[in-house]
Amino acid sequence: MTTAQRLTLFLMMAPAILWLGVLIVLPHVEILILSFSERVAPRVYQFGFGNYLEFFTEPLYWRTFARTAIMSILVTAITLVLAFPIALYIARVAQGRVKAMLLLLCLLPFWVSELVRTLGWMMLLRETGIISYMLRMTGLADQPVELLYNDGAVILGLVYGGLLFMIVPLANALESLDPSVVEAGYDLGGSRWTVLRRIVVPHAMPGIVAGSIIVFMLTVGNFATPVLLGGKNGLWFTEQIYAQFITRFNWPQGAAFGMLLLLLSSAIVWAGLRLTRQGLGTTLRQA
Amino acid sequence: MASSNDLDIVRVTKQFGAHFAVNDVTFSVAPGEFFSILGPSGCGKTTLMRMIAGFENPTSGDIRIRDKSMIGVPANRRPVNMVFQSLALFPMMSVGENVAYGMTCRGVGRAEADERATRMLERVGLKGFGDRQVTALSGGQRQRVAIARCLVLEPTLVLLDEPLGALDLKLREHMKIELKQLQGTFNTTFAYITHDQSEALVMSDRIAVMNQGRFEQVGNPRELYHNPGTPFVASFVGETNRWQGAVSAGSNGAVTVRLPSGVSLHGQGQAVAGDALCFARPEAIALASDAAGLSALSNRFEGRVSAVLFDGANSSLLIDTPGFGQPVRAVLPQAGALAGINVGAPIHLGWSSDAMKVFAA
Repeated sequence: MTTAQRLTLFLMMAPAILWLGVLIVLPHVEILILSFSERVAPRVYQFGFGNYLEFFTEPLYWRTFARTAIMSILVTAITLVLAFPIALYIARVAQGRVKAMLLLLCLLPFWVSELVRTLGWMMLLRETGIISYMLRMTGLADQPVELLYNDGAVILGLVYGGLLFMIVPLANALESLDPSVVEAGYDLGGSRWTVLRRIVVPHAMPGIVAGSIIVFMLTVGNFATPVLLGGKNGLWFTEQIYAQFITRFNWPQGAAFGMLLLLLSSAIVWAGLRLTRQGLGTTLRQA
Repeated sequence: MASSNDLDIVRVTKQFGAHFAVNDVTFSVAPGEFFSILGPSGCGKTTLMRMIAGFENPTSGDIRIRDKSMIGVPANRRPVNMVFQSLALFPMMSVGENVAYGMTCRGVGRAEADERATRMLERVGLKGFGDRQVTALSGGQRQRVAIARCLVLEPTLVLLDEPLGALDLKLREHMKIELKQLQGTFNTTFAYITHDQSEALVMSDRIAVMNQGRFEQVGNPRELYHNPGTPFVASFVGETNRWQGAVSAGSNGAVTVRLPSGVSLHGQGQAVAGDALCFARPEAIALASDAAGLSALSNRFEGRVSAVLFDGANSSLLIDTPGFGQPVRAVLPQAGALAGINVGAPIHLGWSSDAMKVFAA
């Protein structure tokens, strides 16, 4: 490589390296160091595992943690099941303008901020909200119904927020499936179910995994939706991190929780990749 | 009436809007026959094949396989399997799984399906390929997997949709022979569609020539080649010289056609008044260095070689002949005295009236 080429490469890489280094790696290193510091006296800190021990000894913490993990997996699964037929329709049935329109429709809710979208759901679901009102008007309920502040509302909001990020990689993956391969699947005697299970789903696997990773990450790390739609019952792990950093002003404890959440999502993504026998490389290309 | 045919197509029509993709087509394929449908792209042959496979429904008419109507029977329940143009192997499965797929769909146990797949792969010359990925195969090997995948199900009829189209010339020539041999050993009925007349002529027992949704002619390769029934068949099947003129006299099948230049040609055809098309095969045109050698032929001319198209045994000459709009094409036998002829050389050419077919234009 000539000097000029090296310089060009360096200049082109510089924004990415700066971005990764300054905004992601550096804060995480800081958080990692912070998470291992214990307060022994006012304004006196020393190295120790106390913050992590606290997590395992206090049931509220690890239960919230486990709850977040399980709910996130559930949300990812529901999103996948809902997104698959939509993506299949967009990729295989819709043509030309209709296809672009459908993708735009999926994208439309994301022009509004997440907070406003979630507030929209609150308007629909609250005791004095539209759905409650409709139920009373039609006589299906004789008193106001509170649909907010339960797990169902949290899951609903999170699935809604994740849908687009599942549909796009899925539609991409399904689009590349040769129609005659599907026809051959039928021609050789396969039922709809066999063709779906043995041909369409395996083909879409990189897209399924890519979409699932994105949705899972977004869900696990979500803050506004569980807080607003779940209220006190939300119990999302990000709330614990927020509480430690902001309410309790216990930054080392919050840092330890942050690291644990990072470990959790990495572990589950790794397990998911192993389970579906997908490489990270092919998955990233699909996303 | 019970039919002993494997496939009966009865007055099948397929309409897309106002366009007739397939227009009132009727034919039958006997057991063990290699039947080809030959036509230019867009003639409706693919639509016809897709109707037999069950991917399209005919607008009217009946498709019968072993005397059972297939109307309303979905593709996965028909005793018909298709080799796709793109082959459509399942890239997510190994070679063995590709071949076993159809059997497992029919409820054959995993172990038996694997065993039968292995045996089938052996029969098509792919012994030990079961665990390979289909993406790791060569073009010819993929071809054989696609055929094995169908044949292992012992279908009544195998449909082949231009499966050789994607191969290079050398391999295509080789696969033509191999396909014909495979069909012979398995004794399965093949319906083959192609736009390549050489594929159809080499492999088929019978050929249907299709044009604009209709069958122009059905016959064995020799009949089509030597006795084309329509001008389309005459020009589409094999190389030919084509001239347009007007009938000047005709009786009992012998026709005289006058070209616009005033030259008169003698040929065979239905005696019709008015415009006519004449066809003569390049190999039917005799060449000689002097007029005496051609005295027995009813059409005799003198010309000058305008191009030598050397292609080994298929070599031919283009001869500028006064009175003809375009150069006349004639096969140049490489074993004859004229083998070394050069551009610009004078030459005598002629053909018998039997060798020239005349049709109303």
